[in-house]
Amino acid sequence: MSEELPAWSLSAEGAESIVLPEEWPGEITREWAWGGATGAGARVCVLDSGIETDHPLVGAVQKSVAISVEGEEVIVEDNDTAGDLCGHGTACAGVIRSLAPDCELVSVRVLGAGYTGSGAVLLEGLRWAIEQGYDVINMSLSTTKQKFASLLHELADTAYFRRTMLVASAHNMPVESYPWRFSSVISVGSHEQEDPYTYYYNPAPPVEFFARGVDVEVAWNGGGRLVCTGNSFATPHIAGIAALVLSKHPELTPFQLKSVLYLTASNVGGAR
Amino acid sequence: MTEGAGNDLRAAVAAGVLGSEEQFRALLQSIVDVARAIFKAKAASILLLDAETDELVFEAAADEASESLIGKRFPSSTGIAGFVLVSRQPLVIEDVLADPRFSRETAESTGFVPKGLMAVPLLHEENALGVLEVLDRPREARFTLAEMELLGLFANQAAIGLDLLQRARRAQRALRGDGDLGVLARVAEALENRRGEEDGSREGALRLLAELEKLL
Repeated sequence: MSEELPAWSLSAEGAESIVLPEEWPGEITREWAWGGATGAGARVCVLDSGIETDHPLVGAVQKSVAISVEGEEVIVEDNDTAGDLCGHGTACAGVIRSLAPDCELVSVRVLGAGYTGSGAVLLEGLRWAIEQGYDVINMSLSTTKQKFASLLHELADTAYFRRTMLVASAHNMPVESYPWRFSSVISVGSHEQEDPYTYYYNPAPPVEFFARGVDVEVAWNGGGRLVCTGNSFATPHIAGIAALVLSKHPELTPFQLKSVLYLTASNVGGAR
Repeated sequence: MTEGAGNDLRAAVAAGVLGSEEQFRALLQSIVDVARAIFKAKAASILLLDAETDELVFEAAADEASESLIGKRFPSSTGIAGFVLVSRQPLVIEDVLADPRFSRETAESTGFVPKGLMAVPLLHEENALGVLEVLDRPREARFTLAEMELLGLFANQAAIGLDLLQRARRAQRALRGDGDLGVLARVAEALENRRGEEDGSREGALRLLAELEKLL
């Protein structure tokens, strides 16, 4: 859409000027969505515990940043050399790489400084990542603190309008946590099947998609591997597939990307 | 008086009447015992977040070395338990030993190095109070989401238990405290202890309190 279009309304002649760069594909299939794609050109951010660089299942990490908050001040360590303080971020990065091997991977570490203040660090890490304009942000974590809910909501909407797709782990317990419950993000829960490309659209949100999350072999610290279960491993499956789709169709907005994921879901017609 | 202080005082007055830490500890112990039995695991434990020191502390444990575990503490962002606490995400991990760095230090200091681990955050209202861990469950079949759900149910129960324990502790601190209002809790405790005494002291004290209430 051209920049000079009015933001809030559209005149009769203005309709002519909305040029979408892609023709309507008629039928959306997986072949159309990501056939031949490798993730090249897609920039994916993993907001987590850090990523171990040069892990055999992860490969090169293009950038590693650590976020901390001291009082009112947000500190961005631009060249974080701490690696992964837990292993979880490396696991998520490995899943994304297994699906989109040529995507750009950026680690934003928001964990490691203890529990106290972790909500503020999560918020500031997300804010920083959105400002960088990444195509996909993988968030396999959430906060239960009510005071962050409205700020996270604003950030999630900002990301959505800036063409950054937030992919967030749903909670598998009946608790209020954020940002996965917001409609401007893709929320992901687990299914029990083994195929990494099997994912289901859920017509009864707040969980919108189910992806592989049970007994997943993942990368872990020290060049190791573990077999893990949890929604936090289902999330990078959708993030990886989103990176594939965006590498082939970089013009897609989050709304369009979500629609493509819906149409190509295993329980919907385009999953061929 | 702030709302928090008011709640603590009410809890303190209640604690003066009821007693409690031991009972809530017993509740946590029974939760880990049942969790261990249901999952046929070698061990299970509950870790409480100590917000003042930002550490996780073993509050209850069901395994061979359980007694020695209680009270052990480590930084709240250490290893899997720390991640689960901060991220609010439950995790199930098989073959923990495959990771050479994974909280081995913590695991060894407890005398128990697990081969597999299920960890779930204990969430109460908007707070993460701690972590429930179930260690070394037999690897007979693929993990199922039904087991994950069961783990979540135990976690809810454990979170309620932890919340009660923390309230009891705050109440005990208020009882011991030399603040202006600690006296109210001590009076409640003394009145409870004198229930059944026939020297009339309890009735006299209650009359005095009724007058005091009118004065205020």
